[in-house]
Amino acid sequence: MREQLEQIKQNALAALDAASSPASLEELRVKLLGKKGELTAVLKQMGKLSPEERPVMGQLANAVRASIEQKLEARKADIHAAALEAKLASEAVDVTIPGDNISVGHQHPMNQVLQQIKDIFVGLGYQVVDGPEVELASYNFTRLNIEEGHPSRDRSDTFYFTDDDSVLLRTQTSPMQVRVMENAKPPICILAPGRVFRKDEADATHSPMFHQIEGLVVDERITMGDLKGALITMMRKIYGEDAIMRFRPHHFPFTEPSCEMDMQCHKCHGTGEIDGQVCSTCHGEGWIELLGAGMVHPKVLAGCGIDPEKYSGFAFGMGLERMAMGRMRINDLRLIFDNDVRFLNQF
Amino acid sequence: MKLNRKWINEEFVDLSRVSDKEYVETMTVFGQKVETYERMDAEIRNVVVGKVVSIVPHPNSDHMFICQVDVGQEEPVQIVTGAQNVHEGDLVPTALHNSWLPGGVHITKGKLRGELSNGMLCSFAELGLTQNDLPGAYADGIWILNDEPCTVGQDINQVIGNDDTVVDFEITNNRPDCYSIIGLARESAAAFGQKMRHREPVVKGSEAGDIYDYLDVEVPADHLCNRYSSRMVANVKIGPSPKWLRQRLRANGVRPINNIVDITNYVMLEYGQPMHAFDYRYVSSGKIVVREAREGETLTTLDGNIRNLKPGMLVIADDDKPIGLAGIMGGENSEIVADTSMVVFESANFDGTSIRQTALALGMRTEASGKFEKNLDPLMTIPALQRACELVELLGCGDVLGGTIDVLNHIPEEKRLPLEPDKINKLLGTNIPKEDMIRYLDLLEIPVENDEILVPSFRPDLNLMADIAEEVGRSYGYNEIPITAFKTSTQGGYSPEMKLEAKAGTLCRGLGYSEIITYSFVSPTVFDQIRLSPDSPLRNALRIQNPLGEDTSIMRTIALPSMLEILGRNNAYHNKAAKLYELAKIYLPVEGQPLPEEPRMLVLGTYGANETFFTLKGELEAIFAGLRLKKASYTAEKSNPSYHPGRCARVSIDGVDVGVIGQVHPLAAKNYGIETEVYCAEISFTKLLALQLPDATYSPLPKYPSVTRDLALVCDEAVTVAQAEEVITSAAGKLLREIRLFDIYRGVGVPDGKKSMAFSLILRADDRTLTDSDSETVVTKILSALADKLNASLR
Repeated sequence: MREQLEQIKQNALAALDAASSPASLEELRVKLLGKKGELTAVLKQMGKLSPEERPVMGQLANAVRASIEQKLEARKADIHAAALEAKLASEAVDVTIPGDNISVGHQHPMNQVLQQIKDIFVGLGYQVVDGPEVELASYNFTRLNIEEGHPSRDRSDTFYFTDDDSVLLRTQTSPMQVRVMENAKPPICILAPGRVFRKDEADATHSPMFHQIEGLVVDERITMGDLKGALITMMRKIYGEDAIMRFRPHHFPFTEPSCEMDMQCHKCHGTGEIDGQVCSTCHGEGWIELLGAGMVHPKVLAGCGIDPEKYSGFAFGMGLERMAMGRMRINDLRLIFDNDVRFLNQF
Repeated sequence: MKLNRKWINEEFVDLSRVSDKEYVETMTVFGQKVETYERMDAEIRNVVVGKVVSIVPHPNSDHMFICQVDVGQEEPVQIVTGAQNVHEGDLVPTALHNSWLPGGVHITKGKLRGELSNGMLCSFAELGLTQNDLPGAYADGIWILNDEPCTVGQDINQVIGNDDTVVDFEITNNRPDCYSIIGLARESAAAFGQKMRHREPVVKGSEAGDIYDYLDVEVPADHLCNRYSSRMVANVKIGPSPKWLRQRLRANGVRPINNIVDITNYVMLEYGQPMHAFDYRYVSSGKIVVREAREGETLTTLDGNIRNLKPGMLVIADDDKPIGLAGIMGGENSEIVADTSMVVFESANFDGTSIRQTALALGMRTEASGKFEKNLDPLMTIPALQRACELVELLGCGDVLGGTIDVLNHIPEEKRLPLEPDKINKLLGTNIPKEDMIRYLDLLEIPVENDEILVPSFRPDLNLMADIAEEVGRSYGYNEIPITAFKTSTQGGYSPEMKLEAKAGTLCRGLGYSEIITYSFVSPTVFDQIRLSPDSPLRNALRIQNPLGEDTSIMRTIALPSMLEILGRNNAYHNKAAKLYELAKIYLPVEGQPLPEEPRMLVLGTYGANETFFTLKGELEAIFAGLRLKKASYTAEKSNPSYHPGRCARVSIDGVDVGVIGQVHPLAAKNYGIETEVYCAEISFTKLLALQLPDATYSPLPKYPSVTRDLALVCDEAVTVAQAEEVITSAAGKLLREIRLFDIYRGVGVPDGKKSMAFSLILRADDRTLTDSDSETVVTKILSALADKLNASLR
């Protein structure tokens, strides 16, 4: 009987090794282990054995069953793995075939830059506000301390809607200073980006419509040192922490003291030349003008019902187009308003 | 404003040891921004004074000569010249081998008809000079230097006076005093912490008589003329000015003309006070009248142009005709000429705005008008006049008559301001001692007495503490002010509309649309281009009175044309497809109000191979869903003239009309050069803000399974999907959770004039699993309602 069992085991293991499909494995399982299988047939003869032999043979038979079952499982796994492998191999694709044509649209480059700037200011505590583009001359000029007869009021510079020059297309975002201050009490901390209009023919550097970003902070004890701190902080966020800035006195009717802020040219590092040639980025100046700013003029504050003895503030304004063109190396302003998809898709 | 540094160094404050680079940087951060600066000798290099040692005819030419020229080196150099005016012993400008002349001309040695020439002898034109610079020099031929103070081998730039730097300043509008050499000298001195020298002009006078015996001045237009000062010169000898004066004019870009005219120009540069000189012969009746021009009057100005004058324009007239355009240009009829013998000097102060407007109207902005329009210091007329007379005596070109006529109309009052160091420091964020502030102001020639600032008349821009703070701040150095961080309690953020805009932009881009930015102003013809009816209220647009051109003359009341223009342009660029969006403001006039409403529109526009009404509609619905808007409904719009009558719908949300979607009418598209199908949607973005759903809250996920039933219905062609959906929805009751059209079929099995619409219905109850009979009941109700209301039956 021992020989029988041993024989069964040997034959079974060989047959299982030879089996190559799930169906032949199942057939073998029934043949070997089933109710009418070979092993069962042998076990039926157990009764004929002596009581001493029975447990020994029983153990042996169980060991044979176990090794057959083990082999069966192992073979099953092998065959499944091989089948899967074959299937996967047959499913291989050329991964260099392009993906389905799903295109994502592009934000206009100017608004990309604007969004970055707005996010920076919001993080610094500024509320973003919007205002009218068709504006009253009183907001655009008079209340900003720009008197009657000032050249910027000329019809050669400003677009007007009325004979008395009282309604116009705003020439700057600064009227938003007045609109905000006459409606809100300090502390005020706002950013007002938007369209502005001046009577310039469109060319590589001019456009009758362009964008400015205005900022205004008013509170008690705001100083020019605060102005410097705020502007340096945000410009370093835009241009990098190692950007070098300087302030120069300038003149704006609605700020006093007034200044302009320059950044040292990152190309020539302020020398104005590269390899003996005039630096094309800063045109040899060594500095790039970034924005105009200043302490809000006491007359402007008072005109909005804010006591200049108690409150002070600073304001700044910058041109968006110039900044976007500089950052994205766009060399012609007309491209910005041309909206050619071949241009837009680059950003 | 141009400035030659030598002039300041020689006369006002010696900064000759300061390099050009340091000078311009210091001035720029002090508040006088330098636009450009240039060494005057940059263009001419390696040209020296040479002495012609010998001159012999060229053996192979009948008009050339071979010169041996001593240029201060060991051996003379041989130079071949074609000039006929050179003689042995002459001093001549000699361009050596490898030299440069104005205009980038490079001179190198070479052979001329076989004879070596190591350079070139130069005419004054070749050195960039004109006859005006060098009175008496030969117009053609070599410039002979025999009468010039120079030595052999000397750099020609020194002889010409080119050893100087011209600095061009950007002067801000509030500083009219800086449109002068004296003003910039004052700023230069202060910037370098030095005091400038001042010299009062001194006029000796003569025995030639008195101005009052010859001239009478009346100023009826006293509202446009603050001051009119005048002196006269007799026995005038017109001739060239001396070299030093000509050189200073030339360095400042002013062409020397003759001594009298040069003096007026020199004083204008030095003091910033424009002056004029009249030939007394032509001042009829010896009378000068400052008045407005009369209707129909004309004046031929010094540039030879005939000017048509109008009331409002200020003229200088004699007793019957204009002889000058006040503050802008003199008249030809009283010009200083070679035989002028008696001169009237005018030094006046005119109203800046009037001068500017007249210059603008006549299209003749001049050096003088550019200065007057900044509103000059009325106290400057007399010192300038004195300086001119002093120069007349210095140059010996006439006898100054006794007396001055000075008509004073408006003189600014003396201004005093308190010096408030604490307030200044509080505004600047500094801690500058009072003594330092007084010292800064003193350097700027702003006197302080007993803590009171006496504002000089040349500084009309100083009116309050903040103005003084700027002077103190820039003297201290803007870049020295400590950097601080303010603290406020404000919180940054965006308005709800801006947040929605940002979200809409993201959604549009996710769907493949790129953003465009278009002009707010459009052509009035756009209404016809998009086929608006002649009586459309949208034609009522704000009109710019002074547009750049007709095509940018009205404020858009509708955003579609801007989109079509860009689509058309892309089509013209042969871009095969475009998907574009814009969040565009439109400008709607409001009756009785000065300012229009400025709502924002969301405009989508697309053309290309796979675009249909339904791709755009699907995208729009995705955008609406992304913006969390209530469900939109669409009704066919047959009468919008800009759109295809069969492919256009009004879009409404919650009963609010929010816009239109459709295929652009082929005729409208054609007006923009597009022959293919173009689809657009115009949605009133401003209205969407109010149509947002409240923030989402969780509803429990279904506990019980749903049942899907598909129904294919046959109905009349005219029945719309929306109608069928409405009937199904209202008949089904609350078990119906979702309805979706999945097919429309016409053809075999469906009678002509009919169509089959297939809907997939999802039924579900919240409290139990639906049985077959539950769903059968619902379907029966639906079918009966469909048969009833739409004459539709199961296929």
